[in-house]
Amino acid sequence: MTDSKYFTTTKKGEIFELKAELNSDKKEKKKEAVKKVIASMTVGKDVSALFPDVVNCMQTDNLELKKLVYLYLMNYAKSQPDMAIMAVNTFVKDCEDPNPLIRALAVRTMGCIRVDKITEYLCEPLRKCLKDEDPYVRKTAAVCVAKLHDINAQLVEDQGFLDTLKDLISDSNPMVVANAVAALSEIAESHPSSNLLDLNPQSINKLLTALNECTEWGQIFILDCLANYTPKDDREAQSICERVTPRLSHANSAVVLSAVKVLMKFMEMLSKDLDYYGTLLKKLAPPLVTLLSAEPELQYVALRNINLIVQKRPEILKHEMKVFFVKYNDPIYVKLEKLDIMIRLASQANIAQVLAELKEYATEVDVDFVRKAVRAIGRCAIKVEQSAERCVSTLLDLIQTKVNYVVQEAIVVIKDIFRKYPNKYESVIATLCENLDSLDEPEARAAMIWIVGEYAERIDNADELLESFLEGFHDESTQVQLQLLTAIVKLFLKKPTETQELVQQVLSLATQDSDNPDLRDRGYIYWRLLSTDPVAAKEVVLAEKPLISEETDLIEPTLLDELICYIGTLASVYHKPPSAFVEGGRGVVHKSLPPRTASNESTESPETAPAGPPSGEQPDVIPAQGDLLGDLLNLDLGPPVSGPPLATSSVQMGAVDLLGGGLDSLIGGPNFVTPPAAAVPANLGAPMGSGLSDLFDLTSGVGTLSGSYVAPKAVWLPAMKAKGLEISGTFTRQVGSISMDLQLTNKALQVMTDFAIQFNRNSFGLAPAAPLQVHAPLSPNQTVEISLPLNTVGSVMKMEPLNNLQVAVKNNIDVFYFSTLYPLHILFVEDGKMERQMFLATWKDIPNENEAQFQIRDCPLNAEAASSRLQSSNIFTVAKRNVEGQDMLYQSLKLTNGIWVLAELRIQPGNPNFMLSLKCRAPEVSPHVCQAYETILKN
Amino acid sequence: MIGGLFIYNHKGEVLISRVYRDDIGRNAVDAFRVNVIHARQQVRSPVTNIARTSFFHVKRSNIWLAAVTKQNVNAAMVFEFLYKMCDVMAAYFGKISEENIKNNFVLIYELLDEILDFGYPQNSETGALKTFITQQGIKSQHEDKRRAIPDHQPGDWANWLAAGGHQVSSERALPGCAGECEPPHVPTGGKQSIAIDDCTFHQCVRLSKFDSERSISFIPPDGEFELMRYRTTKDIILPFRVIPLVREVGRTKLEVKVVIKSNFKPSLLAQKIEVRIPTPLNTSGVQVICMKGKAKYKASENAIVWKIKRMAGMKESQISAEIELLPTNDKKKWARPPISMNFEVPFAPSGLKVRYLKVFEPKLNYSDHDVIKWVRYIGRSGIYETRC
Repeated sequence: MTDSKYFTTTKKGEIFELKAELNSDKKEKKKEAVKKVIASMTVGKDVSALFPDVVNCMQTDNLELKKLVYLYLMNYAKSQPDMAIMAVNTFVKDCEDPNPLIRALAVRTMGCIRVDKITEYLCEPLRKCLKDEDPYVRKTAAVCVAKLHDINAQLVEDQGFLDTLKDLISDSNPMVVANAVAALSEIAESHPSSNLLDLNPQSINKLLTALNECTEWGQIFILDCLANYTPKDDREAQSICERVTPRLSHANSAVVLSAVKVLMKFMEMLSKDLDYYGTLLKKLAPPLVTLLSAEPELQYVALRNINLIVQKRPEILKHEMKVFFVKYNDPIYVKLEKLDIMIRLASQANIAQVLAELKEYATEVDVDFVRKAVRAIGRCAIKVEQSAERCVSTLLDLIQTKVNYVVQEAIVVIKDIFRKYPNKYESVIATLCENLDSLDEPEARAAMIWIVGEYAERIDNADELLESFLEGFHDESTQVQLQLLTAIVKLFLKKPTETQELVQQVLSLATQDSDNPDLRDRGYIYWRLLSTDPVAAKEVVLAEKPLISEETDLIEPTLLDELICYIGTLASVYHKPPSAFVEGGRGVVHKSLPPRTASNESTESPETAPAGPPSGEQPDVIPAQGDLLGDLLNLDLGPPVSGPPLATSSVQMGAVDLLGGGLDSLIGGPNFVTPPAAAVPANLGAPMGSGLSDLFDLTSGVGTLSGSYVAPKAVWLPAMKAKGLEISGTFTRQVGSISMDLQLTNKALQVMTDFAIQFNRNSFGLAPAAPLQVHAPLSPNQTVEISLPLNTVGSVMKMEPLNNLQVAVKNNIDVFYFSTLYPLHILFVEDGKMERQMFLATWKDIPNENEAQFQIRDCPLNAEAASSRLQSSNIFTVAKRNVEGQDMLYQSLKLTNGIWVLAELRIQPGNPNFMLSLKCRAPEVSPHVCQAYETILKN
Repeated sequence: MIGGLFIYNHKGEVLISRVYRDDIGRNAVDAFRVNVIHARQQVRSPVTNIARTSFFHVKRSNIWLAAVTKQNVNAAMVFEFLYKMCDVMAAYFGKISEENIKNNFVLIYELLDEILDFGYPQNSETGALKTFITQQGIKSQHEDKRRAIPDHQPGDWANWLAAGGHQVSSERALPGCAGECEPPHVPTGGKQSIAIDDCTFHQCVRLSKFDSERSISFIPPDGEFELMRYRTTKDIILPFRVIPLVREVGRTKLEVKVVIKSNFKPSLLAQKIEVRIPTPLNTSGVQVICMKGKAKYKASENAIVWKIKRMAGMKESQISAEIELLPTNDKKKWARPPISMNFEVPFAPSGLKVRYLKVFEPKLNYSDHDVIKWVRYIGRSGIYETRC
């Protein structure tokens, strides 16, 4: 007899009958009855009414029956909490059973019953089971702690289970270790800050030992846990890698992928010059290729991960193109992923093979796959210049097939090829134009319109073609409308005489008859350009276009680094950080790769980091907006060069973007040029506020007598705002040189390296005179003091307030911006003493409206002391008079940019309030000079 | 971790449902049915995210196995687990079919309780499971404690041997013995060594030992198992060459000629040769002539299947077929699937050889000489396809 009969009882009065059977004296009958109950439960029938009767069957020494009853309990206890209590006694008793199977079963099941009242009773048995002599019971109890934590975290902490769990990491049985690691990792995820796992070289060693001995699943738990560890240096990283590498030969793909994750992560810390680094790279390729012989679902997971790995370290698989060729019977999801990787791996060396394959694919049946294959041919043309010609002819062949979606896809990619290789393949335009009517997808239509507009001068009937699109203007998608607008404007600029009517028509359609703000805005821009300055319009609209990127769909580098930390997991399959698909705070701790510690390589070489910032010779990557902030800084990190004037570059960029055809780039344009300026104000709030108050914090300052006054260090960049980097600092001037004294503190958990600093243009041209030199990597909780010499030959831009300085600091993690106010006295030069005669003449010469009067309150000094103190800060007393009991000090100072400031300081003995009159040809500095006085005098 | 595991029949009815985590509700069962099983289009991914819940599925014949989670689980592990689950079920009751699943639902629940705890996969070796699973009649209450709870970690060598709870379940497996094999790329018999691109091992193999000493040392589990899997791309002797010739004669006729050539020692015999030649969907009739073996047109499979029982090395055989086509106005082209082939040859086409096999059995005092050992080489075709 088989169990399937239990599914067939559907007659009425079933519950009643079951009740009777459950209460039968015969064991077999009881068992049968419970099976029936469970069958009903599975198909979704409510059999909760039988709860007491089923629980009555629990007290049995028959393991089979007991398991069945437990199964029922797990399902219904939550809906019947009061009755579940009835089961508690048996559970507790079972936890003491001589048979370890029963002890484990009881503790396992109790953990699954999520009823508060039961959890109270669970604690004692669990405590015993965690120390059970039998490893089977211990490994079950270890998981049970995680279950209990999920129900009542506080209880687990109060009862000290976490410590017991930690002890289990040193258990003699590797399965117990593995489950303890799994449980701790899960609990640690909900307490990101706690150091629950407490990974240190000793515990890592234990895990690595257990790794050799436990089941495939246990190995996965341990490897996933290892991946969260940050070795203290490159040597430790290497030794862990050496012990993890044998796992690459495991038959279980998940073990392999988790090992790959650990290696990919720790490799970051190894120097590229190391022999071992090369060995490791070589070792990674074969197992990754082997993953492609696994079942299709696993191949899919592997391919999604390989996609990440290829982006991060293209050198690993660069010779393995062939294994990514699509097999006839591959499921479509595997085919599409393979195609993606083929494009990424395409190079001059293998392009012939790749093209032959792609051509084959383009004749397959699955529409998505064919489209992607066609697109891939276009990508190859753009990526490998030598192949461009062959790609174009292949695409033309495909267009001849007249298969609608193939033609459309081909036109979209040919547009890109035109952009990449201008003036080379335009002879095919005629063929493309033949297919105009068959295009029904917006992207293809937009591409075709772009081509017509761009090459209007070579297409005799360009105006007719564009006009034909114009008829249904309002039914087109925005993409097509925008493109049509631009194309007609281009046409007009090229053939103004014949197309005036057309351009007016499209401008009025775009600006007056459309509800779409983007379209309207673009229309107005063109309109005004054309009406005010047609020459400028030509320069803008027909400007040279930036080259297009070789790579597409690259994952943004920081996200890529994060995803590398999630190899093997869902995040790597979705190519999204866990926070994008996991609810609540669980498991969404942001992970990042460890920094390289061995050498001072500041950036990866372009070869290994295709996604990295574009360098001067690589104009073909158009980075995303997010990267630009960092990139601009990267480019400027040398000695400051004055950039192009803001206004002109802004126009240029705008023009380029218009031509780029992207809708969003219109909006992106202005941001492109001014990222530092635009970004800093956003951060201004808190750091500047605190900077201000700290700068003028009068209580704790200790000035140096030898040089000018130095304010105590104030926090400029709180760790909160800079991913753990805290910067405090102050400015000094000593013997003619200005410096910025910085104190960098690493409050993050990872090492920081690759520091660099850059100032935004400022009122006095302050700029670093040397690069920011942090010699060793900054370990967590380490502080380093640096004195950064400054000069005043940087580019000048008037800031508000005048002494505002916007600073960007970069490290391996990110770029951070802050702004601070520098005291003006650091700009007072040593030769600021004016001749008496000169002083008098100048004083008279400066108009009276340039004179500013200030009162300095509560200054306890006499004239003598004030004069000497001011002199040490390069404010020189030119003359001194006593008028009506008042001491009058006539003083002069000169700023680094040559501005003279003349001062009259009136001190009345016994009166702590000084009067200060300042005369200067640039009166806007006066308030700041006054502030400097105040600062100097009061400290 | 895995939040729940469901098994559905082809209609989307739930046969088995086990929920491990509170965040997975009963509605998850329906979400998968509606969005994946009942979805009109072809499945585009084995992982589906519906309302922040991720579903992993595999299909065995017409049965769907789905693992559900709301966390960022190790995806590779989940699939490996689902395959393992299928293996374990197959080991217990054979084919995974609706009928078998219904017949064994109690067993399946018991298995699910044992091999997945709170969504964490636990020991899932069929041999080891026998001790825990009551449904196979192993009543643990009759066994003494020592036997009931051996330490089941295949890696935990010492304990496993001490437990001694393993019977010889097939003549090929020795109870708790350790074996050692030749390193695969050591020169074999005077011939040059062969290059292996990569290899993977069953979990009973001590990987660290292989890594350092290059010999495969293992404690075999009960029954048959795959010890090692290797991949090689260089210097393979392809045992057969397939030469297809397809000619379209007008719109309604296709002439196909396929020649197969055996490319190995004439003294050796290949067996169970089967060549599968796909035919267009609009085939109305096929006439086949073959020199050797039997060939038949199977309309239901859209293919001509040509079977040859035996074929010696360095021989050649051919088949020619005339395929009549129905005129269609379907413009869609025929995808021309590849010609596939199956066979068995009595050697390893890669050239791989086992150099020696040593057996150590400290407990029962077997010496290496007492054990009867033999090695048989079979090269079995996996996917052997030729584009035509």
